[in-house]
Amino acid sequence: MSLLSLANVQVAYGGIQAVKGISLHVDAGELVTLIGANGAGKSTTLKAISGLHHAGAGDIRYDGQDIRTLPSFEIARRGLVLVPEGRGVFPALTIEENLAMGAYSRTDRDGIAADIEEKFALFPRLKERAKQTAGTLSGGEQQMLAISRALMAKPKLLLLDEPSMGLAPIMVQKIFEVVKEVAKRGVTILLIEQNARLALSISHRGYVMDGGLITLEGESKSLLDDPKVREAYLGETA
Amino acid sequence: MINSANPKLKWIGVALIAIALVALPFVLAQAGTAWVRITNFAILFILLSLGLNIVVGFAGLLDLGYIAFYAVGAYVYALLASPHFGLHLPWWMILPIGAFVACIFGVLLGAPTLKLRGDYLAIVTLGFGEIIRIFMNNLSEPINITNGPKGITTIDPVKFMGLDFGNATRIGEFMLSGTIKYYFFLLAVLLIVIVINFRLQNSRIGRAWEAIREDEMAARAMGINTTRMKLLAFAMGASFGGIAGGMFSAIQGFISPESFVLTESVMVLAMVVLGGMGNIWGVVLGAVLLSFVPELLRYTVTPAQNALFGRQIIEAEVLRMLLFGLAMVVMMLYRPAGLLPSAIRQRELARKDEE
Repeated sequence: MSLLSLANVQVAYGGIQAVKGISLHVDAGELVTLIGANGAGKSTTLKAISGLHHAGAGDIRYDGQDIRTLPSFEIARRGLVLVPEGRGVFPALTIEENLAMGAYSRTDRDGIAADIEEKFALFPRLKERAKQTAGTLSGGEQQMLAISRALMAKPKLLLLDEPSMGLAPIMVQKIFEVVKEVAKRGVTILLIEQNARLALSISHRGYVMDGGLITLEGESKSLLDDPKVREAYLGETA
Repeated sequence: MINSANPKLKWIGVALIAIALVALPFVLAQAGTAWVRITNFAILFILLSLGLNIVVGFAGLLDLGYIAFYAVGAYVYALLASPHFGLHLPWWMILPIGAFVACIFGVLLGAPTLKLRGDYLAIVTLGFGEIIRIFMNNLSEPINITNGPKGITTIDPVKFMGLDFGNATRIGEFMLSGTIKYYFFLLAVLLIVIVINFRLQNSRIGRAWEAIREDEMAARAMGINTTRMKLLAFAMGASFGGIAGGMFSAIQGFISPESFVLTESVMVLAMVVLGGMGNIWGVVLGAVLLSFVPELLRYTVTPAQNALFGRQIIEAEVLRMLLFGLAMVVMMLYRPAGLLPSAIRQRELARKDEE
């Protein structure tokens, strides 16, 4: 059974039908990516899954339960954690405080302290700056912090919304390595990206979204070779 | 609560402060009972500021109608302990009732404004404060509930262990005035409220408020029930306001809607901002300063002018507002996060400067 499955999900956003009935699924242990151009409805889909903007119709099942109309904090507490677009770290809190905040729904103090240390081992950059405020970090570091903070909640499914947005190319590479590493450690990930090539290169499967619909799906390798994908999203002429 | 490297030194400090606080009313009484009364009102304002600090400082929700909860608490006390309805419940019953009713009003204000922030929230809360006052003013017809602008008189004083706080008590050679008794009563309440505030700030609830103040959407992504936490901030802030209001009724013995005008809300907010939003000791300092300085001016400015010029050129009240405005401007320029800023508030402002 899939960890997350969407069936005929429709979402209206600001008066327009941004998502016009899509179906997709993410199995436990998978790294799945959803690619597409700006305005294809990717972010809206993610908002609907995480409960920030409820889907008007369709079925969203997570861990065997219908979560379509659940409030977002309730979804987060069940282990479906979103790393929002634009990172959304708490800028005036220190890195340590940000990480501690990520463990808000947990009560095991010792476990939390150990997890913070584990994140620091994963991102030495963050450890160096543990007492600095998140607002002083560079974009890439903030993205690392946002991912680490989400991991503090011990998610079963991590939703990443455009983690490469606004980052320097070298940083983008780094972030994708991090995503790959997190997936290798057993966290299931649904990744939303405009950078199709990189997203497909690290993921198991992919969905291509266009105009609020899913137009293509399949193994990431085969999508990378698909002439339509190459032309439309990888900037190559067929 | 108090940071000090040496714990022994710390306890000596605490003991000295305690002795000073116990001796304070007797010293002030030498200068006139009026000063003890002024101190009592200062404590009431500290209570109000601490309550408002929960909403504004901790949760980051700007409330310009906070005095409404003070009014609700005051009216609850007045209606349940005065000849107006012929009810004379004891204070220990009324104060919790007042806090509870104020809490309900807090939720009533909070619920419809959950999606508002900043300026928009300020406008709605301002309106709410005025609505409450206008209700108090007009609820004398068709059924006389609040007695309208005439207010409610002869409100029962607090009676505690056989002591009537309305009158002086003779203990041997010693006279303990009602005002001094109220001072100790208020001081006890204040201590409890300060302890509750520190507990709140360092609790899960306090951390949730911090997250909401910083970024509401991210807070929700952390699994924080932002709706409930914001309502809780309104409810808790309102409860403290309600308790302060009840004590105000008891001390004053008379209340009318005039005591709960917009300027009072603004004054309490100014105390919070001046002292340092989000910092409990800062807020206490702000309330003490803004309560005492105007009174000091009142007692010094007129004699000083008479001595210098032989007549009064500027009235104390006018000068008070002038200095008040000046102090606010100077503060915004040099200490925008308040006299004793909270660490996080300071960082927030520093960040905004960079942008």
